[in-house]
Amino acid sequence: MSLLEQTRFLLRITRTHDIMRRYFVVNGFDGALTMLGLILGFLVSGATDLSVIINVCLGAAIALGVSGVSSAYVSEIAERERALGKLEDAMITNLRDSAHGEAARGVPLLVAFVNGFAPLAISLLILMPLIAANAGFTSPVSPLYAAVAIALLLIFLLGVFLGSIAGISWLRSGIQTLLVAILTAALIYLFAGY
Amino acid sequence: MALVKRLVLDVLKPHQPNVLEFSQAIAKAGGDYRVCATVLEIDENTETLQVVVEGVAIDFDAVQSSISDLGGSLHSIDEVEVQGEPQAG
Repeated sequence: MSLLEQTRFLLRITRTHDIMRRYFVVNGFDGALTMLGLILGFLVSGATDLSVIINVCLGAAIALGVSGVSSAYVSEIAERERALGKLEDAMITNLRDSAHGEAARGVPLLVAFVNGFAPLAISLLILMPLIAANAGFTSPVSPLYAAVAIALLLIFLLGVFLGSIAGISWLRSGIQTLLVAILTAALIYLFAGY
Repeated sequence: MALVKRLVLDVLKPHQPNVLEFSQAIAKAGGDYRVCATVLEIDENTETLQVVVEGVAIDFDAVQSSISDLGGSLHSIDEVEVQGEPQAG
């Protein structure tokens, strides 16, 4: 069995597909909104050095990634161990060397990776215009506004993804998540614009 | 050496992997195995199966190993069909 097939098999027997998907969306959304908030905060604060903005946002992105990995690993390993213990009680046998034991050890690592990767990758995508501008690439749009546009687009796409999972209108679902981002932006302008 | 042609096993297994995947894994233990699994009982976390394995020369250890690799537990061997090999010369 190839590594991909084995991974799919372990996710199937532990029924963790949906948990991974949820972690991806929840933490990806966290990453996108955090970056949006930071960039809007810098926008309302006036001109700031681009390298400072990048470093602050990168710091937050790395922290989100590490937090995602560690929190998901700790909680998933506890959940998987509990589930394995219950199954061992029902089977009256030790399952450590079976596929279930392997899943109890491997699935938390995979879930932790997804949970950490989602906010980090989404944050880095949002920061691309800032990094490009800092590297000397010129653009007709201000890098901060371009980053905000990418953040809004990714938040919309996360909504579309959720809509496709739920089998409801992707447009409606995308607009719903976009409204959350717009509400966040409005709150930032309301409370941070001084 | 006698060749094992048919085995009827009583197996307890978790709900996952399902009976299809479970049977496929047992069949993969040998090149020509034919596996027929029947669910006899379903519990909250487990299910009891009757697994019939047929083949030219069944490797019992390989079958047992496939069952335990998937988290199953062999409860009993309920039926066997064994054929002696004709002596050479």
